Amino acid sequence: ENTTRTVTLIPGDGIGPEISHSVQKIFEAAGVPLNWESVDVTPVKAANGKFQIPRKAIESVTRNRIGLKGPLATPVGKGHQSLNLALRKQFNLFANVRPCKTLEGYQTPYSNVDLVTIRENTEGEYSGIEHTIVPGVVQSIKLITEHASSRVAEYAFLYAKQHKREKVTAVHKANIMRLSDGLFLRCCRDTAERHPEVKFEEMYLDTVCLKMVQDPTLFDVLVMPNLYGDILSDLCAGLIGGLGLTPSGNIGEGGAAIFEAVHGTAPDIAGQDKANPTALLLSGVMMLRHLHMADKGEKIEKACFDTIKDGKVLTGDLGGKSKCSEYTAEICARIKNS
Amino acid sequence: GSDITTRWRTAYGGRYTITLIHGDGVGPELMEHVKAVIRCVRAPVDFEDIPLSSNTANDEMFERAVMAVRRNGVALKGNISSQNTLRSLNVLLRTRLDLFANVIRCKTSPVVPTRHRDIDILVIRENTEGEYSSLEHESVPGVVESLKIITRIKSMKIARFAFKLAEEDGRKKVTAVHKANIMKLSDGLFIDCCKEVSQEYPKIAFDTMIVDNTCMQLVKTPSQFDVMVMPNLYGNIISNVCAGLVGGSGFVAGSNYGDHYAIFEQGTRNTGTAIAGKNIANPCGILFAAANMLQYLGLVEHCSAIKNAVLNTIQEHKLKTPDIGGTASTTQFVECTLKEILKLTPTIGFNYEMQGNDSGFRFRDID
Amino acid sequence: LCVEDVQHSDILDILSLSFVPGDGVGPELMLCVREVFNTLGAPVEFDEILASELLPGRSSSLTDIVASFRRNRVGMKGILTTPAIGEGGDLMSLNMKIRRALDLYANVVRIKTVPGLKLRHQNIDFIVIREQTEGEYSALEHESVRGVVESLKITTYENSKRIAKFAFDFATKFGRKKITAVHKANIMKLGDGLFLESCKEISLLYPNIELNTMIVDNTCMQLVSKPQQFDVLVCPNLYGNIVSNLAVGLVGGAGMVPGESYSADGARHPFLTGAGRNIANPTSMLLCGVNLLRYLNLDNLATRLEDALSSVIKQQKIKTRDIGGYATQQDFLRAILSRLG
Repeated sequence: ENTTRTVTLIPGDGIGPEISHSVQKIFEAAGVPLNWESVDVTPVKAANGKFQIPRKAIESVTRNRIGLKGPLATPVGKGHQSLNLALRKQFNLFANVRPCKTLEGYQTPYSNVDLVTIRENTEGEYSGIEHTIVPGVVQSIKLITEHASSRVAEYAFLYAKQHKREKVTAVHKANIMRLSDGLFLRCCRDTAERHPEVKFEEMYLDTVCLKMVQDPTLFDVLVMPNLYGDILSDLCAGLIGGLGLTPSGNIGEGGAAIFEAVHGTAPDIAGQDKANPTALLLSGVMMLRHLHMADKGEKIEKACFDTIKDGKVLTGDLGGKSKCSEYTAEICARIKNS
Repeated sequence: GSDITTRWRTAYGGRYTITLIHGDGVGPELMEHVKAVIRCVRAPVDFEDIPLSSNTANDEMFERAVMAVRRNGVALKGNISSQNTLRSLNVLLRTRLDLFANVIRCKTSPVVPTRHRDIDILVIRENTEGEYSSLEHESVPGVVESLKIITRIKSMKIARFAFKLAEEDGRKKVTAVHKANIMKLSDGLFIDCCKEVSQEYPKIAFDTMIVDNTCMQLVKTPSQFDVMVMPNLYGNIISNVCAGLVGGSGFVAGSNYGDHYAIFEQGTRNTGTAIAGKNIANPCGILFAAANMLQYLGLVEHCSAIKNAVLNTIQEHKLKTPDIGGTASTTQFVECTLKEILKLTPTIGFNYEMQGNDSGFRFRDID
Repeated sequence: LCVEDVQHSDILDILSLSFVPGDGVGPELMLCVREVFNTLGAPVEFDEILASELLPGRSSSLTDIVASFRRNRVGMKGILTTPAIGEGGDLMSLNMKIRRALDLYANVVRIKTVPGLKLRHQNIDFIVIREQTEGEYSALEHESVRGVVESLKITTYENSKRIAKFAFDFATKFGRKKITAVHKANIMKLGDGLFLESCKEISLLYPNIELNTMIVDNTCMQLVSKPQQFDVLVCPNLYGNIVSNLAVGLVGGAGMVPGESYSADGARHPFLTGAGRNIANPTSMLLCGVNLLRYLNLDNLATRLEDALSSVIKQQKIKTRDIGGYATQQDFLRAILSRLG
């Protein structure tokens, strides 16, 4: 089963190269049988004068179907397709998955958070269809389809089973958007019937928000349309300490997937060996689970969690004084000693 | 700048915020009395205080006043002395906000002894141009030119305003006051505009009168006038004459209207610096102005309650401030007015048990 | 001097307010308010009117409900439960219909930590202002082809401007310094872009108040990690719904926080936020009462009630279930009444 796989690595901008390097080192220490294929995605000027993502990068991801991606600076120049969009189209990345788990040793007002947000990623409010009907009146269209709703619901239940989760909560606003969110909800209900072994509940978006900040332990797996997912996934990241600690994965059809760190590129500390690689590392761990290398993943995750819990070697954002390389070395050491 | 074509009002759930521009002299003390009365009658009104006076006047404070009126739409204003400033801030405020019409209503009241009876005149004055254009220069030493500007646009506007108000108020006649025998072009234009508009109102009589004659007629037989409309300077003169006829400056309320905003103030623009701090200023004018403001906001009952209470104070309790021949202090007068309001609202009344002393709000960054 | 003969005026004297008990525990909570108002001796008449979507037979018609609010201009409303979605049925809930009919465009939730409650965050004090007539709540939806539903979000310049003005006026009135406009204009460039533009335009009228903007997902993250940074938040409809519920959760839940809705000139009615949750904690309803008394210029009565409430909560002895105690609603009410007596 553990045949060597090739994974496309997109180091990204700013602190991206440092943290990618750190992840590679840790994976190496854990003996993960992976080949890294590192590609640069900085847009280049094509023959027609437009900026485009290099063909090589796209080809690499297309070939490997699995990618790990560091933070990318928001492209300044307009007129070229963003990488995210290109990849999303290429692989039909329909679901964004973000597990949020409290890191012991890193104090936030919330403890024992352990939940997963699964967000529909292709339609909803992000259909991009907007127009000005008359001056001063804008109409934005939110699109909900049965196909996409069922697809993400199905994935949510499969994910729950694979990761031994107990409950799936569908988040909606069908009291207000009775047709669109109603459709989404119906798809979830239908899917739930096919998976009786997983508990299913439905909850209004606002109720989820209210309960989430009061007692996040009420939730397990949450599945929702695009915009709600966007908001809730960041909210949950906030519960455990922010985007610097939250892994993220984009799941496509037929097993293709891109895992990424969703935090910023932090240009102010780039190149100074100060960055925190945790989000990218945990995204890598998600990737390993996705590739059925859960044992390796667990090992790395434990070493990472233990390092943070121990609290001796931490990067600046976690309240420590250590450098990125020291943090990396500490995790490697723990892996080797386990 | 931001959109000034929008008619803004700070009104939510029928509760309004109004700007209080304190002004000089007795202004600040009178504003406190106004607040007490408005709280007492429980009008749904909050106050945004702007302590603009000639002493505090700087560009920033002035801009803040303009801004506050622009966002609240309605203001109550004490008069600002023009002694220390290059241009009169009163004029500047009116021009900036384009408050083109000044209206005062002069009506005799049985409670104030006057020489004439049955006066009820609406004086409507163009407020933004004419002699008040502030265009003056010394062309050669010893020779000063002062420009008077009359435009068709503004003359038409004030004429329309006057006739519309006359119609709404059920008036019979509009008199245009001028000096077109001398200023044939400028006042001529004004008269022409009034005539033109009068064609649209066949039910309302229209005549014109030269300003010097008007003054004479006013003190002789004031009851012949109904609505009067005039350019800026004549308006200044006529309104003071009319105010004098019905009991003096402390007793008349004035209002300034533009397309978007309204400012209410005492009818005649005196600051009363000489009597400031002596607690003898006559609060009637500003209280009536406040009442008119409430009426303008649609709070008719609150308006009537205040006016009634003030009149009862004078009539039944025989309280008068020294300017109309009495001996009462301002505080005595206002306290009596508050008691009169209490009579109109037996259940709640002026009940400090239930109401706060000052629930108006102030800008935190002002002392 | 035009003076009508006013000898005695009802408008100026007894205050009448529309009173919608609502569903579930609503009627009980409203009873608490009544009892407290009586004890205070507040000169208020209750114009009770039934509204419910669960029991349509007993509910007054929308026209009557609206007329009552119009007449009294002020009212109080308990929770109205929106029943489970009927297939294809009415797209608008009763709450939405009332809001629409009265044009209650601004919703205000004041978020403040109450001393005495054990909470994850302390020293929170901000205001969430939400546009509640347009946006995603347009109830314009259709199934274009089978399995494909389009839902329209409408953003208008006029409504964006008036909610922005409302927010700035509210901030001015309560001495707030900073307004954060919540949006998703990076994705909805036109719609939310228009909202932001309107906020910026209005901010020019308020040079003393700072305006900044924040993307809604980041706002939520900031709310759970550093809620103290906020002063006033202004949001379009859906984001407002999310942000206000989130914020309510931060300070103790729906039982602790009152809500208010305003129209331009007609009605304003405070109502319990977190509609749909039956929490038998009268605190939020009584805080609604406090806001209502203030609005009626009965400040001292409001302060008395407020003090009684906070002293009961501070003592920590009598807490309802939702805030970690065992007291019943009656215990709580009795404690309040004894402090007012």
